[in-house]
Amino acid sequence: MSVITEKTDLSLKYISHFNEAKELLFADSPDVLNQHRKMAFQDFVMQGIPTRKNENYKYTNLQPKFLPDFKFLHKNEETDASLAEIFSCNVPQLNTHLTLLFNGWFYQKNTKSGKLPEGAILESLEKVAKNNPGILQKYYAKIAETGADPLVAFNTAMAKDGYFLYIPKNVIVEDPIQIINMLKSDKDTFSTQRNLVIIEQGASAKLIICDHTLDLNQYVNNSVTEIFIAENANFDYYTVQNQHNSTTSINSVFVQQEKNSNITTHTVSLHGGLIRNNLKILINGGNAEANMYGMAFLDKNQHIDNFTQVIHAKPHCRSNQIYKYVLDDKSTGAFSGKIHVVRDAQKTNAFQRNNNLLLTDTATMQTKPQLVIDADDVKCSHGATVGQMDEQAMFYLRTRGVDEEKARMIMMNAFAHEVVQQIKVETLRERIDELIEKRLRGEVARCHDCSYNCDC
Amino acid sequence: MTDQDKILSDVTQSEYKYGFVTDIETDIIDRGLNEDVVRTIWEKKNEPAFMLEFRLDAFRKWQKMKMPEWAYLKIPPIDYQSISYYAAPVQKAKYTNLDEVDPELIDTFNKLGIPLEEQKLLAGVAVDVVMDSVSVKTTFKETLAEQGIIFCSISDALQEHPDLVRKYIGQSVPVADNYFAALNSAVFSDGSFCYIPKGVRCPMELSTYFRINAANTGQFERTLIIADDDSYVSYLEGCTAPMRDENQLHAAVVEIIALDRAEVKYSTVQNWYPGDKNGKGGIYNFVTKRGICRGVSSKISWTQVETGSAITWKYPSCVLIGNNSVGEFNSVAVTNNHQQADTGSKMIHIGKNTKSTIISKGISAGKSDNSYRGLVKIMPGATNSRNFSQCDSLLLNDTCGAHTFPYIEVGNKSSKVEHEATTSKIGEDQIFYCNQRGIDTEKAIGMIVNGYVKEVLNKLPMEFAVEAQKLLQISLEGSVG
Repeated sequence: MSVITEKTDLSLKYISHFNEAKELLFADSPDVLNQHRKMAFQDFVMQGIPTRKNENYKYTNLQPKFLPDFKFLHKNEETDASLAEIFSCNVPQLNTHLTLLFNGWFYQKNTKSGKLPEGAILESLEKVAKNNPGILQKYYAKIAETGADPLVAFNTAMAKDGYFLYIPKNVIVEDPIQIINMLKSDKDTFSTQRNLVIIEQGASAKLIICDHTLDLNQYVNNSVTEIFIAENANFDYYTVQNQHNSTTSINSVFVQQEKNSNITTHTVSLHGGLIRNNLKILINGGNAEANMYGMAFLDKNQHIDNFTQVIHAKPHCRSNQIYKYVLDDKSTGAFSGKIHVVRDAQKTNAFQRNNNLLLTDTATMQTKPQLVIDADDVKCSHGATVGQMDEQAMFYLRTRGVDEEKARMIMMNAFAHEVVQQIKVETLRERIDELIEKRLRGEVARCHDCSYNCDC
Repeated sequence: MTDQDKILSDVTQSEYKYGFVTDIETDIIDRGLNEDVVRTIWEKKNEPAFMLEFRLDAFRKWQKMKMPEWAYLKIPPIDYQSISYYAAPVQKAKYTNLDEVDPELIDTFNKLGIPLEEQKLLAGVAVDVVMDSVSVKTTFKETLAEQGIIFCSISDALQEHPDLVRKYIGQSVPVADNYFAALNSAVFSDGSFCYIPKGVRCPMELSTYFRINAANTGQFERTLIIADDDSYVSYLEGCTAPMRDENQLHAAVVEIIALDRAEVKYSTVQNWYPGDKNGKGGIYNFVTKRGICRGVSSKISWTQVETGSAITWKYPSCVLIGNNSVGEFNSVAVTNNHQQADTGSKMIHIGKNTKSTIISKGISAGKSDNSYRGLVKIMPGATNSRNFSQCDSLLLNDTCGAHTFPYIEVGNKSSKVEHEATTSKIGEDQIFYCNQRGIDTEKAIGMIVNGYVKEVLNKLPMEFAVEAQKLLQISLEGSVG
């Protein structure tokens, strides 16, 4: 019985926190954010912090991660980012429009590097909500369902800031836009980040998100991103996750795409204590395409859970998913992918694959690929494998004089490269390749000249 | 493609052929479920004392449990108090030859297309017919007894071999394993019991046919199969139920225990009344089937052809405890009209070098939903284990659904697990290819469907494969065999 009490207590802690912070939250937030808080909070109260009894969190135990007494940031705190820190996380030779966020708050002193085309906006969500609530009224909290996931509900209840990206009609942003999320605080911190991306008709953009921690405090980062892609638009969304072992990162990304649009998501999880990536794509127009790629490298006691859903609501669309995991030490990995073809979404072509390499007997992989198909003229398939390296291929390399260690490296690199090669930004691709190689060699996997001696 | 559509609709719309009621007097106890009912069943069956404890334990646990809701099924609420939990044909005398059997009963089997005599004479199958819960006829018992094989109803086994039953019952499926298993443990009326002694290879295929006959009686079968060291048995189970408008509940439990180097092959053809075209009536089939490969190098294989029942909830499983043990699951599930099926398998690897295979073929038509749900779990100690799963779904029109929910959990590096699933319809290019070679569309569809399920049907014993083909209701001219 004590366990149950504890769990309830845990949810109660967060519920009472919201009640305490309520006034502060409502007082200096724009209405467009406030109007959703109450409903979202009710949804959170109904569901509580997810336990493993929640089918969607069957393989991820969040409870212990929510135990510490966290500091919440309901107001923007002045932080100074030293240039060295920023540049250590930069991708060399990559021209980007760079923006920083600290603990989920848009960094006010952002130095604009590069200029976005006219009409394109990359701003603080809070600021946009204050100055231009009209656009948020139309899009904010429209696809992030608070009833289905308690953490999305909690985010919506607590949301203050994050980034807002808007690309107007027919504007093509050539250089990628890079957003660096940093966690930096004086004590254990719970950060809430809320983002909104709107890509208008015929527009095109690439967004690179890098997640970092800058000190050794414990963090829970609960972020929700809504992405709207209009007709004929293109959007590439890359996430590079590189955080220390006492970070819990929960990222919920909701995408709605229209006719003839295209989205590609790449989630590269290099390092992190517990990472949970929710990705839900609603294909809401004909002839659209969604590509989802993911890689995860785990060791120690790390845990990474990718939870994807693709909903084919309209006919003649394609979706494609490849997720690959390499698990070492006592790490645990989970993948859950669902393809849902709605009735009458004929001529759908949906594909999903999840391959996993276990390097030790203590690592565990749990995978749950799912198909829910309600239309007949479709081609849907999924595959999942868990195993070790192909012995024949190993043998082949050995017969050619490659020593075992090197052969293993070649094989693992090749394993990951299938996903890496899908990255369209060349410099990023090379950088990721390099990072993966380092990661696999067991070298420090965070950015090469990071000066923090975190427990990596 | 109208030609093709017509054939598809012909194929998927034929009516249930086995809907009839055998007019045999039955002894039914009052509707409702409480401890007294459990006691009454125990008394009526004159069981040993330990069974009362077993039943009451299960009943008390069941009362605290909730009906599972996780399946991809829409189950209308079931009133467990409006069901009669015991129905036995009044005529209880044992027969020594077929002539003595009630002609009505013989007629029933003839309508079913399983001529008992023919089977007895030609196929050499011993049939333990379970009609509304009480074993009426056991054939070939003597032949089997010579080898030391015990094949009888579980009620007889409780009278004649209580120690054996006591030792093994509830081991594969504990009383409170799940909601329906607990219900079954509390009120099961009859079923089959089979014990193959050490080193014996059962000379014939053992078989039972279940029929649900009296209206409004749930059927709660319990089957227990024990294969001792180095033995082999192939067991067939076939099920049909007459046409009834009210939904009937069927919650069976099958337990298999395979000891060292033993092999058990369990085949099922299930063709219970699926309800009419509008989804009215039909059987609710909530079955718990589990085999334990307890001994080293033992093997359990499940083969099932599921064409009937309004709702199917069934996951034959293997728990591979012994090193080098093998589990197999082969399934064809066909759903039509408003049928719903959520079926699949669980393979739990505990011993070293254990292997399992899952082949599941789903065919959906009408407005039905057909789901595969399975679990492959490799425990950290189950080194060098291997699993291969393949789940294919075929959709015959645009109003049905096919779903796949596999769960894979791997806990060590030397094991290899592969899963693949595809969903598609019969390709126009496939039909075109056949047409091009002078095969008309009807034959082409037959060929493709036949080829699609062949992998599984091949695992069935010959007579069963033929019946299964019939049950698939696909006109396959000249290709049966």
